[in-house]
Amino acid sequence: MSDESRTPVALAGLRADDPHLEPSARNPHVVEAVIAALFVVGMACVAGFGAAYWVNAKPWILGATLGGGLLFLGLGLIAWGKYLMPRGPFVEERHPLANDAAEREALAAVLVDRGASVVKRRPLLGGLLGGGMGIFGIVALFPLLRSLGPLPKGTLFHTDWRKGSYLVDQTGRRIHEGDLAVGSIVTVFPEGTENTDRGQAVDQTVLIRLSNFNYVTQKGRATWGPKGYVAYSKLCTHLGCPVGLYEQQLQLLVCPCHQSMFNVTDGAIPTFGPAPRPLPQLPLYIDAQGYLRAQADYDQPVGPGFWERGRS
Amino acid sequence: MSDVAGATTTKRARRQGAGRYGRLGQVVNELDDRLGVAKGGRTFLDKIFPDHWSFMLGEIALYSFLVLLVTGVFLTFYYIPSSALVTYHGPYLPLDGQRVTQAYASTVNLSFSVRAGLLMRQMHHWACDIFVGALVVHMARVFFTGAFRKPRELNWTIGVTLLTLAIANGFLGYSLPDDLVSGTGIRIAYSIMLSIPVVGTYLAFFVFGGNFPGTAIIPRFFILHVLIIPLVILGLVGAHLTLLVRQKHTQFPGPGREENNVVGSPMFPVFMAKTTGYLFAVSGVIALLGAFAQINPIWQFGPYDAARISYAVQPDWYMGFLDGALRIFPSWSFMGFGHTIPFEVTIPAVIFPGIVFGLAYAWPALERRVTGDHAIHHLLDRPSWRPKRTAAGVAVLALLSALFIASSTDVIANFFHLSLNTVLWAMRVIVILSPFVAYPITYKICKELQGVHGAGKRKTPNLVVRTDEGEYVAEPTPAYPEDVLDELEPTPVPTYIEQPEAESTAPGVRVVER
Repeated sequence: MSDESRTPVALAGLRADDPHLEPSARNPHVVEAVIAALFVVGMACVAGFGAAYWVNAKPWILGATLGGGLLFLGLGLIAWGKYLMPRGPFVEERHPLANDAAEREALAAVLVDRGASVVKRRPLLGGLLGGGMGIFGIVALFPLLRSLGPLPKGTLFHTDWRKGSYLVDQTGRRIHEGDLAVGSIVTVFPEGTENTDRGQAVDQTVLIRLSNFNYVTQKGRATWGPKGYVAYSKLCTHLGCPVGLYEQQLQLLVCPCHQSMFNVTDGAIPTFGPAPRPLPQLPLYIDAQGYLRAQADYDQPVGPGFWERGRS
Repeated sequence: MSDVAGATTTKRARRQGAGRYGRLGQVVNELDDRLGVAKGGRTFLDKIFPDHWSFMLGEIALYSFLVLLVTGVFLTFYYIPSSALVTYHGPYLPLDGQRVTQAYASTVNLSFSVRAGLLMRQMHHWACDIFVGALVVHMARVFFTGAFRKPRELNWTIGVTLLTLAIANGFLGYSLPDDLVSGTGIRIAYSIMLSIPVVGTYLAFFVFGGNFPGTAIIPRFFILHVLIIPLVILGLVGAHLTLLVRQKHTQFPGPGREENNVVGSPMFPVFMAKTTGYLFAVSGVIALLGAFAQINPIWQFGPYDAARISYAVQPDWYMGFLDGALRIFPSWSFMGFGHTIPFEVTIPAVIFPGIVFGLAYAWPALERRVTGDHAIHHLLDRPSWRPKRTAAGVAVLALLSALFIASSTDVIANFFHLSLNTVLWAMRVIVILSPFVAYPITYKICKELQGVHGAGKRKTPNLVVRTDEGEYVAEPTPAYPEDVLDELEPTPVPTYIEQPEAESTAPGVRVVER
């Protein structure tokens, strides 16, 4: 192939016998046969897809026939374009997009002389219109922002745990002091919320039995762990995933999302990972019938941090 | 010519006016009478597309987006965007009788009970992963070859916007089935919004319609996912392609390839055949993936329950760098003055991606300022010609890749039987070091490549010649013509062609008026 035939030429005005219009395949008949074979296989696959769809075949058969059909037809078409169509290369001139200085000046003149001067001559009207539009812009945002949801108010600071709330499992059964063996764990909710969205999303609490005797995790929590039962918020203080893994031998609660670890024996202080705060502990007591109940709500917001959250 | 446009022209005369191009010529005439498309249409069909392989990466993105639209429309016929609870009854027995949301139940139903439903769902998910991947690779091509330079900064900006929208819509999309993994992802997104100082709680409450999870989020995500964001993407894709046609393609320098021309194949028929075939091939590969590679089996994950969680919770790949950043960032929460700023979330999940995408938006302007290069460029750089830019790009990619790997710390620790602590610290070190290692290595490689004679060109064989004296001499054969950097004179587009005498018109000669 000579150098000249590889020089890009313009499309317009080419003679029909120009070498640039010849196919690039050295042996077009062979290529044509291969492409024909690709098209035949592609057609067969697409027809097969129709049949497979008709008889409701398994998904992989549907996908194989559809994908195979599209792929073979596509490959054939690509080969047709690449090997049997004018090989080129062709050239197209690129004219500068920019206009000359006079044209630019004319546009600027329209904008400035005809436009800006009008506004400049009537600054009051311009300012008023601008002010009106600006206010409208701000007002238009109100429904978009305000109607989309309620204001947070205090909802992030409280859960549904109350003084005397019974601890129930996900089926609503109250937890009795004899239910858990030492080293066992169960997810509990305040009675009545176990089937609600909010109960599951916010109130979820892990109850762990650490020993048979009153367990004190930290100073000032002398009565919080009756008969070895301690309860922590199940919401990771990092991003609010449920702290769902319990490593019994190391006494760690592990968050599967980002691997924060909390030591349950000393107040769920984070020992590893990105969580910044301990899991809040729920103060418990055991009533006269032996049921586990909450002394009060958590003494701090549960879950991840946010701007309004004051104390640590 | 004038008699064609004449009002009194008879049908017969018009048919004759079509000349030797027959019925199609007549259609062209009729169209041109009404729309004046002849000149513009021919210019469009004559548009030249460069043949370099790297120019097809954007096409993968475009065609996987088309697959997304088609399969997505199919899915909307069966998906119900509601968090109302229903009892599942269907062919998947392990779930039978469970209380699940309608979103979840309808997704399981369309997977198992709708003909070709599972295939369409898997194709949709695969097409999304490929779409975002193709966008990233296309963006890398544009970056490393300097195709974003003046006059194409606007198109670069549109491209970066498309990438962010694609990532956002991908996240919204895989959240819709309301399964255990995606529900956990939504909860993390909620907590990330919550972490933004001052406005975070309000933002989260407005987006979610109250405290997490609420019932508003599925329908809201749905309308964003199927209407609003796709519409914006579609509009921006249109703008992207319009600018491309208006400004014409860039091209690598080479013989006959100048700043003032484009060399390649014409729109019709060569590029049209190739690109349509490519559309079919991309769709075919996505269909095969949908057929043979299971993706997001939500019936195995189970329905979302805010109190449950599963091991190895990873998002789709394009969110991986965020998850990795969240995992390895230390627990630096600020507490004081009655407020909390959860830096352990804000920095990796809000500020860091903000910086990365901000840098992407600002790069053309930054480079203009640093290099002082305000010229118009239509010829591309080879990456090795711009070592600093290439090194900077590779450094960012290395950082993001390291963060992506860091999103699997738990899986890595489990697989290699390492302690999570070891893996975490190793990833922290790797993430911080990666850009600083990648930059000098890339820089050095670029410099070396600049020094290699003929780098980037095909090698030509040596010809061993026996001289008359019997001596053997190895002579290099001439380089391949397209590898010769000598600037060949491109044939200019003729402004006119002389009308040949009627009798001398040889068959096959095309006469063009300009």
